[in-house]
Amino acid sequence: MNITWYLILSAFIFAIGAAGVMSRRNPLVVLLCLELMLNAGNLALVAFSRMHGGEAGQVFALIVMVIAACEVVIGLGIIVAMYRNRLPIDIDEMSELRG
Amino acid sequence: MSATSYGWLVLAFPLAGMLIVSLGWRVLPGRLPGWIGTAAIGLAFLASIGALLDLLDHPEEERQLVDSAWTYAATADFSADLAILVDPLSVFMCLVVSGVSFLIHLYSVAYMSGDRGYARYFAYLNLFVFSMLLLVLAANFVILIIGWAFVGAASYLLISYWYRRETAVRAGIKAFVINVIGDAALVVAAFLILDKAGSLDFLGVFQSAGDDFTENEGTLVAICLLLLVGAFAKSAQLPLHTWLPDAMEGPTPVSALIHAATMVTAGVYLIARTHPLFELAPTAADVGAIVGTATILFAASVALAATDLKRVIAYSTISQIGYMVLGVSIAAYGAGLFHLMTHAFFKALLFMGAGSVIGAMAGVQDMDRMGGLRRAMPFTFVTFTVGALALAGFPLTAGFFSKDEVIAFALHRGGWFAILAIAGYLAAFLTAFYAFRMVFRVFFGEPVPEARELEAGHVAHGEPMNPMTREPEDSDVGFPAPEHHVAEQSWPMKAAMGPLALLSIVGGIVAIPGVTDTLEHFLEPSFQDSRFHDTAPTTGSEVWGLVAGGVIAIAAIALAWLVYVRRPGTAARIRERVPRLHRFLVNKWYFDELYEAMFVRPVSTIGAFSRRVIETEFVQGTIVGGATGIVRVGTSFARAIQTGYLRMYALFLLLGVAALTLYFLIASS
Amino acid sequence: MWFEQVLFFIAAAGALTGALGVVLLQNPFYSVLSLVGHLLGLAVLFLLLHAEFLAAAQVVVYAGAVMVLYLFVVAYIGGADEPLRPESGGVAVFGPLFALAVAVELCIAFISSGLQALDTRGADLGPGFGSPGGIGELLLTDFLVPFEAASFLLLMAAVGAVVLARRRRGLEEVGTGKFSTRDDPPTETLEVRV
Repeated sequence: MNITWYLILSAFIFAIGAAGVMSRRNPLVVLLCLELMLNAGNLALVAFSRMHGGEAGQVFALIVMVIAACEVVIGLGIIVAMYRNRLPIDIDEMSELRG
Repeated sequence: MSATSYGWLVLAFPLAGMLIVSLGWRVLPGRLPGWIGTAAIGLAFLASIGALLDLLDHPEEERQLVDSAWTYAATADFSADLAILVDPLSVFMCLVVSGVSFLIHLYSVAYMSGDRGYARYFAYLNLFVFSMLLLVLAANFVILIIGWAFVGAASYLLISYWYRRETAVRAGIKAFVINVIGDAALVVAAFLILDKAGSLDFLGVFQSAGDDFTENEGTLVAICLLLLVGAFAKSAQLPLHTWLPDAMEGPTPVSALIHAATMVTAGVYLIARTHPLFELAPTAADVGAIVGTATILFAASVALAATDLKRVIAYSTISQIGYMVLGVSIAAYGAGLFHLMTHAFFKALLFMGAGSVIGAMAGVQDMDRMGGLRRAMPFTFVTFTVGALALAGFPLTAGFFSKDEVIAFALHRGGWFAILAIAGYLAAFLTAFYAFRMVFRVFFGEPVPEARELEAGHVAHGEPMNPMTREPEDSDVGFPAPEHHVAEQSWPMKAAMGPLALLSIVGGIVAIPGVTDTLEHFLEPSFQDSRFHDTAPTTGSEVWGLVAGGVIAIAAIALAWLVYVRRPGTAARIRERVPRLHRFLVNKWYFDELYEAMFVRPVSTIGAFSRRVIETEFVQGTIVGGATGIVRVGTSFARAIQTGYLRMYALFLLLGVAALTLYFLIASS
Repeated sequence: MWFEQVLFFIAAAGALTGALGVVLLQNPFYSVLSLVGHLLGLAVLFLLLHAEFLAAAQVVVYAGAVMVLYLFVVAYIGGADEPLRPESGGVAVFGPLFALAVAVELCIAFISSGLQALDTRGADLGPGFGSPGGIGELLLTDFLVPFEAASFLLLMAAVGAVVLARRRRGLEEVGTGKFSTRDDPPTETLEVRV
C-alpha cells in the first residue's frame, strides 16, 4: 500500500472527529471526538515514519498518546466536577465567557 | 563687581528667597520664613546700592549698560536675549522698589504672624518683588512682558491670599482679567514695534526711533496707545481702574506694596522708559495726559465719599498715579518719577498705619465705627498724620515738592496744558481734604470701645468676619489669623513705619527747585534724548507753583478740621443736601455697574449658552456620543463572535484551518 | 501484496465505522465502545506500518486504560439519550461541512503533492524498526527531553485530576446531604437528563 492511502484515511478520520466536536453537546462525546482527531494525527505520523524509514515519527506518536491520556484525565476530571456541582452536563450551557 | 553683576544679584536674591521659603515651608519654624524673605529683599536693596555706586563711577555718557545672560532666539535679523539694562532709570526704580519692599516685608513679619499661610505669603511676596525688579531691569520688550505678566500673577495670588473668602477670590479674578487686557495690548504693541523697528531691544529701538517712524505716524500712535492701555490697566487709571479698590481684599501689607508703592507704578515706568516713542507721537502723549488728569479728579471725588479706610487710600493711590502719568506724559520725567518715589514712601506709610488701625479695631475697616484712637495709638497716629501731610502736599514734606513740580511743568508747557494744571490744583485741594478727613475721623473725636480697650493695654478681639459683607468666618488657613497686631506693640512694624515717616518728611531734599537737582541730574542720562530736555520751567515759576500748592493744602486741611472736628455733623448735613451726588460718589460713578452690564453679563450669558447648548448637546451629545456610538456599533459586531459557545469557537478554529490549508494549496500549485 | 491491501481495507473500514459511530451514536456508552473498536482498527493499521510497539501501546494503554477510565466516568455520570437536535444552531450544520472541506483539501494536497516518496511503499527498513528496543533507544538518546517532559506532563495531569475531583467543604455533593439518591439529579437548569 502506498502511504497516500494511510494519509487519506487519516484526513477523513480527522474530519469525522472535527464534525463530532462541533455537533455533539455532551462533553464526554466531545472528548471522544477529540481522541479521534488525535488518533488521526498519530496515524499520519506513523505513516510518515514508515515513509522515511526513521522511528522519530513513532516516538512522536507515542508522546502524542501520552498527551492524549493526560488531556482525557483532566477533561474527565472537569466533567466529574461539573456533575458534582450539579451543573448541567451540556457544553452549550457553559457559556459564561460570553462577551 | 560691575553694575550689571549687581543687577543680576538684585534679581537673584528675591528669587532665592522665594525658592527657599516655598520649598522649605514645612521645616522653617515660626517667623523664620518672614525673616528669610525680608533678608532676601534687604540683600537686593544692598545690591541696588552697589549698582548705583558702580554706575556713578562711570562717566555720564556711558551710564546705560546692558548685560545679556542668555540668548532666547537668534535669527538673521532678530535676536531676543535674557538681558538686563542698568541705567539711571532702572537703578532708581530698583532702589525704590527694593527699599520700600524691604520695609514692607519687615512690617509683614509682625503683621501676618499667626496666619496659617505665613510661608506662602512670603513666598508670594518675594515672587512679586522678583517680578517687579525683572520688569524694571528689562533690556528688551520680551523680558519686560515676562516681568509684567509675573507681576500680574503675583498680584492675583496675593489679592486672593485669603482664598476661602469669596470676595477676595472674586477681587483677584477681577484684577487679573483687567490686567490681562493690558497684557494683551502690550504684546500687540511689541509685535508692532518688532514689525516696524525690527528689534525689541530698548536701546536699539529708541535710538532708531527717529528713523523708523515719522512724527505722529498712524502705526506709532497705535503703538503708543496700546502701551497706554497696558499702562492704564496695570496702574489702575480710567477706565481700567475698577480692580484696585477691590484689591483691598488682600492683606494690608500687600496693599501697601503692590497697590501703592510698586506694581501700580509699572505703568508709569513703562511710559517713562518708552518716552522716545511717545515724544514722536504727541497725540498719544496727550491722551495719556488727559486720562491721567481725568483719573486724578475722578478718584479724588470718590475718595471724598468712601467710608472704608483702605478704599479711601486706594482711591487716593489711583489719583496720585494720575499725577505721575500726567507727569511722564507731558515729558516731566524727573518730576513724575520724583512723585513716584515720594508717593511710595507716604502711601506705604499710610497703608501700614491703616493696618495698625484695623488691627486695633479687630478687623473692622469701616471709618464710621472708628474714632478717638489717637490716645490709644500715639505712634500710629503720628506716622499716619505724617503720611497724610505728605499726601496733602503740606509745605516742606516730600509730597509737597513732588506733586507741585508736576503741576508746575504742566503750566510751563502752556496752551491747553494749563487746564490740566488747574485740574491738578483742584484735585490737590480735594486730596488734602480727604486725607485729613481720614485722619480726623479715625483719630479724633470720642474714643470708641476698641480704643478704650487698647488704652487699657490689650488689643480688642472680635468675631472673625468678612469686613465688607459681615459674613462670619473662621480662622483656619485661608482666612485671616485670629490675632491682630498693632504697631505700638510690635517692634518690626514700628521699625518699618519709622523710616518711611522720616523719608516722607525729608525725601524732598533730592529735588528742591533752585536748590538741589540731584534727582534730575541723576536721571539725565536716561532722558537726554528727550526733545523737552532743556525746557524745564524756571526756578521762579516753580517756586510760585510751590507756594500755590502749599496754600491750597493748608486751606483744605483747615476746612477738613472745620467739618470734622470743630463742627461734627457738618458732613452729615452736607450729605443730606445732595443725596444723589453722594450716592453717585459712593457708588464710584457707577463704573462697576456699567462694566457689569456692558461686559460681564453678555459674556456670562454667552458662557451659559455655550455650556447649555454647545457643550452639553453638541459636543457631549453629538461628537462624543456619536464617536462612542460608532465605536460601540462597530464593536458589537466583534462582540457577536464572543458567544461563549465552545462549539462555535471550535467551528472558527476549523474554519481558520480550512482557509489556511486552502491558501497553501493555492499558493503552492 | 494483496494480503496487505485487504487487511488495510478491512482495518480502515473498521476504523472509519468506529469513528462514525462515535459521532453518530446517541448513548455515550455506545460512543465509547465504538471508539474502542476504532482504536483496535488503528492498531492493526499500525502493525501494517511496521510500528509494532506502538500498536501494542495503543491497545494496552489507549484502548485498555484510557477507555476504561472513560467507561468509569460514563457510568458515574450516567449516559442519557441525547437526541441530535437539528436546531442546535448553524454550528451543527456548518461544522461537518467545513470538516469535510478540510478533509478534501488535505486529500488534494496529498494526491497532488510532489512528494515522490508518497507514492512508494516507503523506505527500506532495517530489522528492529518499530521494535520496543528501537523506540526505547531513541527515547533515551535523541528524544530524552520530550520523554522527560512527557513524564512531567503526566505528573501534572495526575495532580490536576486530584485537585479537580476532591471534595470541598461547604459544597453540597450529590449523594450526600440532602439529596438521597443519584437517580433524580437536579432538573432546574437542564432539559436533557444526563
